[in-house]
Amino acid sequence: MKAPLSWLRDYVDIDIPVEELQEKLFSSGFEVEELIYLGEEITKCVVGQITHIEKHQDSDHLQICRLDCGEAYGRDIQIVTGADNVFVGARVPVALDGSTLHGGIKIKKGKLRGVESCGMLCSGEELGITDDWYEGAGVYGILILEDTAPIGEDIRKIVGLDEYVFDISITANRPDCQSILGLAREIAAILKKPVKMPDFSFTAHKEANDDAISVRVQAPDLCPRYIAHYVRDVKIEKAPLWMRKRLALVGINAINNVVDITNFILMELGQPMHAFDLSNLGGKTIDVRRAHNGEKIITLDEKEFTLNENHLVICDAEKPVGLAGIMGGLNSEIKDSTQDVVFEAAKFARDSIRKTSRALGQSSDSSAKFCKGVDEYTTQCAMKRALHLMEELNCGTVSETGVEIAAKEIMPTRITTTFAKINKVLGITVPDDTIVEILRSLEFSVDVQWETLSVTAPAWREDVFSYEDLAEEVIRLYGYSHITPQLLPFAAVTNGGLTDAQKLELKAKNALVKQGAFETVTFSFYSAKELDMLRLPADSPLRRVIRIDNPISENYSIMCTTLVPNIVNIMVKNFKAGNDAGRFFELANVYIADEFPLTKLPAEKKTIAIGAFGDNEDFFKVKGITEGLADEFGLTFSYRKAEKPFLHPGMTAEILCGDTVIGYLGRLAYEVCEEISLAKPAFVAEISYELLKSCFSPSMKYAPLPKFPDVVRDFAFVCDEGVTCGEIEAVIRNTCKNVISIGLFDIFRGKQLGEGKKSMAYTVTFRAKDKPLDDEAVNRLTDKILKNLEKELGAVLR
Amino acid sequence: MKEKIAEMRRTISEELSVSLGREGFAKLRERFLSRAGEIPGLMKEMKNIPPEERPAFGKIVNEFKAWAEEKFDEVDEALRKADLAAKNASEAVDITMPAVKNEIGTLHPVTLTKNEIISIFQGMGFDVFEGPEIETDYYNFTALNVPEDHPARAEQDTFYITENILLRTQTSPGQIRTMEVKKPPIKVLSPGRVFRSDYDATHSPMFHQMEGLVVDKNISVCDLYGMLDLLAKKIFSSDTKTRLRPSFFPFTEPSVEVDVTCCECGGSGCKLCKGTGWIEVLGGGIVNRVVLENCGIDPEEYSGLAFGIGIDRIAMLKYGINNIHILFDNDIRTLRQFRQQQK
Repeated sequence: MKAPLSWLRDYVDIDIPVEELQEKLFSSGFEVEELIYLGEEITKCVVGQITHIEKHQDSDHLQICRLDCGEAYGRDIQIVTGADNVFVGARVPVALDGSTLHGGIKIKKGKLRGVESCGMLCSGEELGITDDWYEGAGVYGILILEDTAPIGEDIRKIVGLDEYVFDISITANRPDCQSILGLAREIAAILKKPVKMPDFSFTAHKEANDDAISVRVQAPDLCPRYIAHYVRDVKIEKAPLWMRKRLALVGINAINNVVDITNFILMELGQPMHAFDLSNLGGKTIDVRRAHNGEKIITLDEKEFTLNENHLVICDAEKPVGLAGIMGGLNSEIKDSTQDVVFEAAKFARDSIRKTSRALGQSSDSSAKFCKGVDEYTTQCAMKRALHLMEELNCGTVSETGVEIAAKEIMPTRITTTFAKINKVLGITVPDDTIVEILRSLEFSVDVQWETLSVTAPAWREDVFSYEDLAEEVIRLYGYSHITPQLLPFAAVTNGGLTDAQKLELKAKNALVKQGAFETVTFSFYSAKELDMLRLPADSPLRRVIRIDNPISENYSIMCTTLVPNIVNIMVKNFKAGNDAGRFFELANVYIADEFPLTKLPAEKKTIAIGAFGDNEDFFKVKGITEGLADEFGLTFSYRKAEKPFLHPGMTAEILCGDTVIGYLGRLAYEVCEEISLAKPAFVAEISYELLKSCFSPSMKYAPLPKFPDVVRDFAFVCDEGVTCGEIEAVIRNTCKNVISIGLFDIFRGKQLGEGKKSMAYTVTFRAKDKPLDDEAVNRLTDKILKNLEKELGAVLR
Repeated sequence: MKEKIAEMRRTISEELSVSLGREGFAKLRERFLSRAGEIPGLMKEMKNIPPEERPAFGKIVNEFKAWAEEKFDEVDEALRKADLAAKNASEAVDITMPAVKNEIGTLHPVTLTKNEIISIFQGMGFDVFEGPEIETDYYNFTALNVPEDHPARAEQDTFYITENILLRTQTSPGQIRTMEVKKPPIKVLSPGRVFRSDYDATHSPMFHQMEGLVVDKNISVCDLYGMLDLLAKKIFSSDTKTRLRPSFFPFTEPSVEVDVTCCECGGSGCKLCKGTGWIEVLGGGIVNRVVLENCGIDPEEYSGLAFGIGIDRIAMLKYGINNIHILFDNDIRTLRQFRQQQK
């Protein structure tokens, strides 16, 4: 919200420096985002009077002027100008040697075709102003100032650039402060000064030929209050300079007196208004209703919209003449020829305006205000103010014809409470008198009976409901610096901390950290392209994705069903950034829906994704990462050959914990790596944390150390190439319960073994709980193992 | 006989005085001291000695043997020392050469920051609750006193899945979900991912928040200030100062923003704090009575405080990260730096 200092001063006497006011506004909840000094760019530019003009000898268009800029700057300054509207006696803006102008232009003494020029005479444009700032500023040529402009005076003071504008951020609960008057009220309370209210008075004139206008509100839910008033004999002309200047200060272009009045009130009171040309209102009727499906309107900015029944429109007897609260229709706009005007001041429901504005992609200063909210008291004030200004500007005759339709009475909030309750919220004791004084300074009416306060909020404060709200009003003006920190001295002691589940999750992350993996955080959404990269078939369950209805872009439009694309993208990004290796993991949710469209919240399943790339990585090293995770929780994973469309067909495994497949692991397929330009071996694993978690055993118990020594035997088996290590191990384990560990230590292939054969060498450790194993016993076990290996896998002792 | 011993003594002394090497030494020792060696051989002479001289002779031989053994042991010891020194010397390494180590990873800075904040509040008795990231409109807005027509909805740029299901825009739904199942006293933190439709140089469509909630009897603004002041001092430094200033959130009343003295300049004013010396780090307030009522808690009996912390923002300030996107780039060179973070 932009608030010029001079405009605020119309309603409150501000007698402290702007910086101090900025500080005070900040402490009371109004952050000044920017304090703008409009004359910032203009320096060393003063009023000078032309005392002498002569033609430049060597130029057709240049003239040599001599200027009186006063005692301080020089009584006889020579400046060459190219403008032809200068004359002796004219007072003009003089940019002296070393001055700066609008747009960062620097003026230096110099020579123009051999004649010395000690500065520059300025146009309005060079000062960054238009006719709305100073009459004549818009003309082509030098700005001719009024004869009363004091010679030697800083030009910024003359043309209105000696002005501060506060750009204030207004919190959503204070729509009443989206206006100059609203902010002035706050400043008045801060400075403990009275508010000088604008003039709302006007005289209505009755004439026999007054046309009745009829107003109907068919959608009171979307329009709780609608006020229309008829002004006749309107003369459309330029608004006076003071009004245009005010609008210019807040960045609004002047149009004509009637439109400028509505814009002025928008800024002054925060109430959007609209003016219709009555001659364009068919049937002299205003009808506030939902649009018919397919109905069309062209708004003032000449854009056409096709409407439906969600949109509120202002209509005459036949057609829409305005998009309620957003923009008037082109068909009823104020023209130079307009003679009869109907002013509209209304309150429209903020969500209706917001939704319509969004749906149509059409917005305006008015719609922005309505979205924030206007109060109906101000709606009434605004109409009176508009009629007053029509009179004050002498641009029409206010008729007696006015209509006000409201769904209900304006009822200011009344709160009965105690000083103690207010102080209890704050935790400190604010003196009773101070509480009363602060509330009254904010125009709350306060009635005190012993400990009890009866408070009525001002009509424009629709954000106040309870004593907590009053506590906030008190403390923001009393000052948060009075709050003393304390650590819950009155609260019950509670036993906090992470739950076991939360601790285990952290342990899982740390387990992966120990394996050299870096935790990453990636977005929970990506695009279908990511799933295409994984070459997932059309019927893959991972393609049953939850779609965001209004994504930022297609790239972030679906919720993750697998974290693999994220971890792959991290590897690619790192590789492209010049990192030639790395291990990463993420523990995050994937989002799985049972049915579409969603009728209930989808499942959010915690998932671990692991990625490792680099010349030193191989399948078994990455398998070591998942094994490390298993060790951390005392689990045993087994691996089963598997296939995934995005993984190397010979290096892909399902990970099982017990009988449950909890995830998979594999090398990223060559064709995928090629597509994403990842020129290093890359491996990924994805493990369902939910399933992993279900394998955790609740607690551990110490197991006594073995009483009897282990017996260790080495074997080498010759078998077919196709026999896997896992199969051999499984046979050994299944054959003998006394085997406590099996370690593969060598694989050998050679001519002497024969084509398609290999030798696998194992160290097998035997132990029995209840007795020492002697050689004979171990030999018996070994014989059984060898027999079964030969029978089941054709593996023979080498 | 004595001459023979003297001769042998001289021979041993001479031979041992020169460098023999391991092998020469062993041979020499063998020659004199082995079972069949020359010194034990002297004992064989015993039979040629008259019986009355035998004890004296035995003594002489034994003394000589002891002398020889000592001599040999001395040299043996010296040789072993020399061998060890040679072995050590041959094995000496350039200890400045690079180590062979298994690189360990690290937790993400967002996780580190989250854990640090949790550990601070854990000591005050806070639980941790993680709600769903895909939420209903009710929990994200309505129950938090953000009705359908509230302007806060327009400001928040929510990602919708359906009309009633959305990506949560804040961790505040955790307040509601906690209060629905738990009655006061309540102290809970609710960290997690949040989503807003805003993606530019300073905004990420996904970021992290931590909601804090206390509901008990007699909770006031002073408690809120005390906790957040402590948080700031623990996270940044003990000389960090904090201040409250009025703000607005639909679910708290009164609402405040908490500023801390700039961690870059200490409050004197710099680029980071835009010259003000203060940085906005979090928001909070006294739980709005409507929110308590929505959860079936009597606002006349209980009051609460709530606050919301931007975890990413705290991490950025704490570690001097000037761009939020760095957190989501996951460059290993960035992540590796966080290994040194102890907490």
